[in-house]
Amino acid sequence: MDLADLTAHELLTLISKREIAPKDVVKSCIDRIERCEPLIKAYLYIRDPEEIINSVREDMPYSAIPIAIKDNILVRGLPNTCASKILSNFIAPYNATVIEKLKEKSFNITGKTNLDEFAMGSSTENSAFGPTRNPWDLERVPGGSSGGSAASVAIGSSIWALGSDTGGSIRQPASFCGVVGLKPTYGTVSRYGLVAFASSLDQIGPITKDVTDCALLYSFINGHDPNDSTSLNVEPYRYSPLTGDIRGMKIGLIKELLVEGIDPSVERCIRDAVKTFQDLGAIVEEVSLPHISYSVPTYYILAPAEASSNLARFDGVRYGFRAGGKTAEEMMSNTRGEGFGPEVKRRIMLGTYVLSAGYYEAFYLKALKFRNLIAGDFKKAFERFDVLISPTSPILPFKLGEKVENPLEMYLSDICTIPINLAGLPAISIPCGFVNNLPVGLQIIGPVFSESRLFEVAYGFEQAMPFHKRRPQLGGNTYGV
Amino acid sequence: MEYEVNIGIEIHAELLTKSKVFCSCPVQFGAPPNTLTCPVCLGLPGALPVLNKKAVEYAILTALALNCKINRNAIFHRKNYFYPDLPKNYQISQYDTPIGVQGFLEIETSKERKRIRIRRVHLEEDTGKLIHSGGRITGSDMSFIDFNRSGVPLLEIVSEPDISSPEEAKEYLTNIRDILVFLGVCDGKMEEGSMRCEANVSIRPKGSEKLGTKTELKNINSFRAVERALQYEIDRQIDIVSKGKEVIQETRHWDEKNERTISMRSKEEAHDYRYFPEPDLVPLEIDDAWIERLRSQIPELPEEKYERYKDLGLTPYEAKLLAHDLEMSIFFDETIKLYNNPKNIANWLLVDVTKELKDRNKVITQTLITPQLMTELLTLIDEGRISGRIAKEILPEVIDKGLSPRKIIEERNLVQITDVSELASVIEQVIKENASVVEEYKKGKEKSFMFLVGQVMKLTKGKANPKLVNELLKKTLG
Amino acid sequence: MLSIEEVIHIERLARLKLTDKEREIYRNQLNDVLNYAAKLDEIDTSNVPPMYHVLPVTNVLREDIPRNNFSLEDALNNAPLKEEGFFVIPPILGGEE
Repeated sequence: MDLADLTAHELLTLISKREIAPKDVVKSCIDRIERCEPLIKAYLYIRDPEEIINSVREDMPYSAIPIAIKDNILVRGLPNTCASKILSNFIAPYNATVIEKLKEKSFNITGKTNLDEFAMGSSTENSAFGPTRNPWDLERVPGGSSGGSAASVAIGSSIWALGSDTGGSIRQPASFCGVVGLKPTYGTVSRYGLVAFASSLDQIGPITKDVTDCALLYSFINGHDPNDSTSLNVEPYRYSPLTGDIRGMKIGLIKELLVEGIDPSVERCIRDAVKTFQDLGAIVEEVSLPHISYSVPTYYILAPAEASSNLARFDGVRYGFRAGGKTAEEMMSNTRGEGFGPEVKRRIMLGTYVLSAGYYEAFYLKALKFRNLIAGDFKKAFERFDVLISPTSPILPFKLGEKVENPLEMYLSDICTIPINLAGLPAISIPCGFVNNLPVGLQIIGPVFSESRLFEVAYGFEQAMPFHKRRPQLGGNTYGV
Repeated sequence: MEYEVNIGIEIHAELLTKSKVFCSCPVQFGAPPNTLTCPVCLGLPGALPVLNKKAVEYAILTALALNCKINRNAIFHRKNYFYPDLPKNYQISQYDTPIGVQGFLEIETSKERKRIRIRRVHLEEDTGKLIHSGGRITGSDMSFIDFNRSGVPLLEIVSEPDISSPEEAKEYLTNIRDILVFLGVCDGKMEEGSMRCEANVSIRPKGSEKLGTKTELKNINSFRAVERALQYEIDRQIDIVSKGKEVIQETRHWDEKNERTISMRSKEEAHDYRYFPEPDLVPLEIDDAWIERLRSQIPELPEEKYERYKDLGLTPYEAKLLAHDLEMSIFFDETIKLYNNPKNIANWLLVDVTKELKDRNKVITQTLITPQLMTELLTLIDEGRISGRIAKEILPEVIDKGLSPRKIIEERNLVQITDVSELASVIEQVIKENASVVEEYKKGKEKSFMFLVGQVMKLTKGKANPKLVNELLKKTLG
Repeated sequence: MLSIEEVIHIERLARLKLTDKEREIYRNQLNDVLNYAAKLDEIDTSNVPPMYHVLPVTNVLREDIPRNNFSLEDALNNAPLKEEGFFVIPPILGGEE
């Protein structure tokens, strides 16, 4: 087992015991990048290995634990493409707030990871620079949109990573890549410097190899930011060692998310997880959230509407790609027509349509009402339950190209993760089994600000069923146990 | 046929905050291009707005001063349209919950006193500035953009179409300007673009209930242009209608040089701004305590000053001139605390002081005259120590150097001669030297008397008390 | 069913230059999604208030203190075309005078 296969907290312990040198970890990750990146393509930009090694500081332990950043989170001086042609030449002139926070601890950034263009998609196939592949099966997608970050953590080309989640973009790729991903409570992690997709839904979160790393990384990025008006001024989460004691805890299994089009093997894994929780002393019951089945249409009105406005700024005037044109207007239309990929254009068209005169009430306003109903369902459920569970994705990682032609089908597979963004809640995805050597993810959902509870429940499960210890095998090289 | 005119006015006023409305960039004029910018006002990816408290308070203050109801829950919307000077290609503005609604403003014209209803007062952000090479929109090779102005807080004040003449429009506009200036929220300089105005104009046959088709007038860049542009447009519409044709709903541009309005010939599609609530900002909750705290900060406005000044005995003309001049009215109010003859102060301020200020192109606060010095000057006249003429003579020194009038007259021996014996000897000398004139006077030529008085004043270098000279001269000549 | 004219109208509103082929594809795909969204008509929501924000927060305000730590170079670095501190773009209207 290489150092790149260990978790951050394991590595930190080894470093503090002086069993390994800080630079060894970084070198191990760089080695992994060199060996796996040509197959996986998790990164859109990798810093010069020399620089990464030279960024290690003996007095700053986190500088030894390489972190990968999704390429829609701005790191000053590094490219930020959002996997789009329209930002292909854009160099970030400032740091996102989360990056400022990481820099305080001298975090060592490996590079910027691949995503679906502007985080729109569930497979990382919508990248202008080519897809990322799933480390568990190179024929399959790593999920998306944070597919690069999830694949990188899974394969060890970084120890941990940041992603962003608008409708499942952290949790679903975490599930597909067999790693842990947290979508925090809306407003707990600053969005300043995250290229906006749908402002009322977006949230940055950690992607890690296990729950402890997830809690640790979350503790560094959460907290109030005066530069983000939607950032909450509440007591931030601080890491303390997890116990995993969930005895007496009431867990609700969301009925509606086990029915619609779910893969039977995924359902089996979830049923097994229920047993595990019961064995750990928790009480598990089914719970119905009657409006949750409206989440997908609600989301696919609200998110494109916000996106159509958020992406209006990419016009070739001040930065990014510029196409030709005799007039400013022509230049702007050409820039956007040539600069955006098909999925982004599709969503801009959809979003523009639902906001346009005569349709606002029928679509946008109605979707906001459903958002209220869906959030209300969760509120009610949390009167009875401490946490809720569901699959993270109703399906297993699918093959590249399998769903490209049918966007609606792809949208429907987001059913389990979307409602959580609509309600602004925290949810974590952890590995809960394997089917044909493909990972399956369990989603644990809590009320607002219940991240520490989610970590305990997830940690309890992880200790009982250590699926997180498995590592993908690549091209005959065996990494891991 | 007689026509009735309906004019609605939309004012955009740049607020005098120190920083922009959604970011901390300084608000300043004349800085080199794009030096007052940041990720937020450049619309860089990932940047987010944070609302300036002062801008909100200025908006509430103005809404209160314009008798508006305040929306307790005001939210911001995105107004989506593409234009290269709008960095995000949407403007953060307000839609169905503006800060103030249903206000009004009273105006007084030569004909009547009238109430103009105000539909809404809302807060939004300004755009950047486009500069066209060659100075024209059409035909230029390239356009240049400076985003220093992008994100400067703008207050939009929209009236109902209650204005029925260019004269009323100008009155409305100057009243709004004065209120903004008195509140200290805007400098009101139309020529510099810190206050901008658009008008929609329509005409209808007198007595008709339905409003006529309106045109929207843009590019009105001065108070002078307002009246002329509107008059031109009204005449144009009347001309069209009286020929049996129809007014087309369109945007028209005021061409200052050629004094006409021209159609903005453009392939302008119907506006579809796709307003929706700005998800990057949270709602504003404006409670009673906040409103009352701000209400208590509203200074006395021109309208109230006007009434008070009339009660002090000023003519409506004097009262209006003073009441609408912030600096002058403050000076006046300070002076009447020290000197109890408002009419006299007003007279001096509006005539002599105003003339001196005009010569210097200054407002009174930019000079060194103070209410104390003004009082001193007027008291010297009242006490008969100097004549009005001497007072006028030394006024420039008081204004420019802040010197005490009392000291000036003492140092230069300008104190009025009120000593009878001293004057008597001067009179004797004048009579002696002008025997022929004296003769004429005695024959009944009244004018000759004035000449003799003049001679006395000349010999005393204007220091003689004119009243006393008159009396003494009459007595001496018998 | 969304007409091609409507697609072109949206395309103009969104300043997206599309090809005829793209228009046809998007027309069909948008129709699929919009038909699916009609699912929201199943429930009467006339008495449900819209949820604009999941956050129970109001009045997030900043004091009026000017600060500027973004340089002109930062501002212009990514500009496709610049001159003497300005961003430069093609003319607003064509030279059709």
